[in-house]
Amino acid sequence: MFRSEDNMEDCLLKKIEISVSEAEKRTGRNAVNMQETYTAYLIETRAVESQTEGQCSPVDSLWRRYSEFELLRNYLLVTFPHIVVPPLPEKRAEFVWHKLSADNMDPDFVERRRIGLENFLLRVASHPILCQDKIFYSFLTQADSRLKALSATFRVKNPDKRFTELKHYSDELQSVISHLLRVRARVADRLYGVYKVHGNYGRVFSEWSAIEKEMGDGLQSAGHHMDVYSSSIDDILEEEEHYADQLKEYLFYAEALRAVCRKHELMQYDLEMAAQDLTSKKQQCEELATGTVRTFSLKGMTSKLFGQETPEQREAKIKVLEEQIHEGEEQLKSKNLEGRDFVKTAWADIERFKEQKNRDLKEALISYAVMQISMCKKGIQVWTNAKECFSKM
Amino acid sequence: MVVVVVAVITITSSGDVMVVDRLVEETTSDGETSLGRGFLQRLSYSLGSCFFAFQDLSLPNGTPVDTSSPASSSSLLNRLQLDDDLDGETRDLFVTVDDPKKHVCTMETYITYRVTTKTTRAEFDLPEYSVRRRYQDFDWLRNKLEESQPTHLIPPLPEKFVMKGVVDRFSEEFVETRRKALDKFLKRIADHPVLSFNEHFNVFLTAKDLNAYKKQGMALLSKMGESVKYVTGGYKLRSRPLEFAAMGEYLDIFALKLGTIDRIAQRIIKEQLEYLVELREYGPVYSTWGGLEVELGEPLEGVSACIGNCCTALEELSEDMTEDFLPVLREYILYSESMKNVLKKRDQVQAEYEAKLEAVALKKEDRPKVPTDVEKCQDRVECFNADLKADMERWQNSKRQDFRQLLMGMADKNIQYYEKCLTAWESIIPLLQDKPETK
Repeated sequence: MFRSEDNMEDCLLKKIEISVSEAEKRTGRNAVNMQETYTAYLIETRAVESQTEGQCSPVDSLWRRYSEFELLRNYLLVTFPHIVVPPLPEKRAEFVWHKLSADNMDPDFVERRRIGLENFLLRVASHPILCQDKIFYSFLTQADSRLKALSATFRVKNPDKRFTELKHYSDELQSVISHLLRVRARVADRLYGVYKVHGNYGRVFSEWSAIEKEMGDGLQSAGHHMDVYSSSIDDILEEEEHYADQLKEYLFYAEALRAVCRKHELMQYDLEMAAQDLTSKKQQCEELATGTVRTFSLKGMTSKLFGQETPEQREAKIKVLEEQIHEGEEQLKSKNLEGRDFVKTAWADIERFKEQKNRDLKEALISYAVMQISMCKKGIQVWTNAKECFSKM
Repeated sequence: MVVVVVAVITITSSGDVMVVDRLVEETTSDGETSLGRGFLQRLSYSLGSCFFAFQDLSLPNGTPVDTSSPASSSSLLNRLQLDDDLDGETRDLFVTVDDPKKHVCTMETYITYRVTTKTTRAEFDLPEYSVRRRYQDFDWLRNKLEESQPTHLIPPLPEKFVMKGVVDRFSEEFVETRRKALDKFLKRIADHPVLSFNEHFNVFLTAKDLNAYKKQGMALLSKMGESVKYVTGGYKLRSRPLEFAAMGEYLDIFALKLGTIDRIAQRIIKEQLEYLVELREYGPVYSTWGGLEVELGEPLEGVSACIGNCCTALEELSEDMTEDFLPVLREYILYSESMKNVLKKRDQVQAEYEAKLEAVALKKEDRPKVPTDVEKCQDRVECFNADLKADMERWQNSKRQDFRQLLMGMADKNIQYYEKCLTAWESIIPLLQDKPETK
């Protein structure tokens, strides 16, 4: 967890205090115009000033929901690809077992999330590079942040289709495995209950056998088998945890897949930006050389208003631009190469990963089936023994 | 007219004499006695419960019994060594309850059941009967039996009242459960050596119009009946015979244990149904996942189907337990209550007798013999004790067999459930291990 004693370097936290102080249930309409319930969190910021007596700086606050934090983090991931960006707390109440609520509205879960979100903001704010980002600052202070607009514009024009599909797949895989793990935990909990209640038969059969003559022995020994049955569930469920672990591994693997896709997107975006930049420079150069203004530019207007440049000045500009263009073309070439290389190696590794995944998961499913078979056989054994005891009544 | 009286007595090794049973039979108008099969059966029943065999049978005054019926002394002897329960070969009365039908009338809607009787007994005019009866009629029969055979334990009926809106009285499951219980009820009576000869039982099985008979019966006193006068208010017994005291104590604990088992069974069913709810969500998730995958598609789909099969098997198990296990358990709780009531009645009869005896002793008159009404009481007590003791043993045996069957059935159902699941999981192993063709 974040501690304020940690070396803060030169960061935002020296200037402002940040906290996520409250959580509130809200209802609203979502992107597909459906009614939904969600939790909103209150971000409070206050300038750190040497506090004079009686004077306390005002608190600024705004409400944000979890999905907005996600947008911020995704933006940071893309903008600072070489930085280890702090993680967010769990999106959903995951993998709970034994009565704990799997409900996102559960007050305990909401509270833990609030703390996690605050922790995230503090870590970003204490990072020497991340904290300087304007978008981050506006996330904390301006209700109408440019984040949403930015996310909309951050779109790769020509991504490799395979990566887009892969990203989609990894999203779905993550979703389905986490759902599976949640339900499996609930199934295990219920099964535990069924087995344990049978233990009560053991005691009552024993008590009953005390008042019976011929029936007594049969009842007593059958009761013992019920005890065996009831206690067998502990080992069974413990074994199943291994299966759950195998699934969890691939849940986290899905995250890693997504990271590779994002890297590709980033490279592609970078490439496209560079290409765009080069095109505009070429255009500028052309305009200067031919004297025609094709596109509106402030510089162009000011030069018209405040006088033309001398031919020497123009000549100099053209030269600079030509140099930049040349540089840009070299860079674009190398970026293209880099991009193609990346795609080649990444895809090779992804294919390897797919094979591994199929092998591993098949094995996991087989071992799960084997566990179920063993459980059934144990059940048959116990009840057959009990039946024999009953037959001797 | 001659009245034949047979008193069956036991003499213990210590010399105690006890009247076990007393049978009365009237002769026909032409002076012949026909000791019918029923009489002999009842006799053998009483004798059997004395646990010893006679070499010959004689009346209190020493004359041998004239058996002009097919049953000779040797076959009587055979019967004396019989178990309390008549086995299949000697059973001569078979009763079945089946074919429930719904009747919709202006006033009410109700269910009738077909009661089929097959018999070789002389008490029945025909060898076969088929009548339709509703629950009311069974209830009437039971009341009549309790009235007319107060010294015997009458089997229980399934519960009379069901809360409308909670239980659907016309659902298949409810009707079937009830039918089974009614069938059991009649079979228990038919197997009983005394109750099966009851007049009301005969009419119940044979009459086309039972209602007419019911109305008639209101006015007449039952010929075989002896109304037991209930002593209201507190009464103290000098000493309850050991076997009845023990039975009372046993029944108390027995009913408690059955109640506990009932609660446990209900709880198990509840937990199973909750488990089922989760399983029903679990299976389809594998299917969804399968939709995302290529190579893993079939295996995942297979797992989903497998879980679906387990769901079905579990559903069947819970249904069976609800329909077959719980009702029989509850029936025995009712049976124990009936038994307790009969024990109470017996106590009351004994108390009445003791009270009368005390009253006589207090008068301090010098009487040569005990007054007749006190004697009658004594007989009543002794008859009751004998009947009840025999019924108790019969009940114990039935109980043992019924519970043996019930619990073995429960074990069986669980075994079947696991076998179904085992088959499902074993069948997908080859599917999971399947290697795709190399492209």
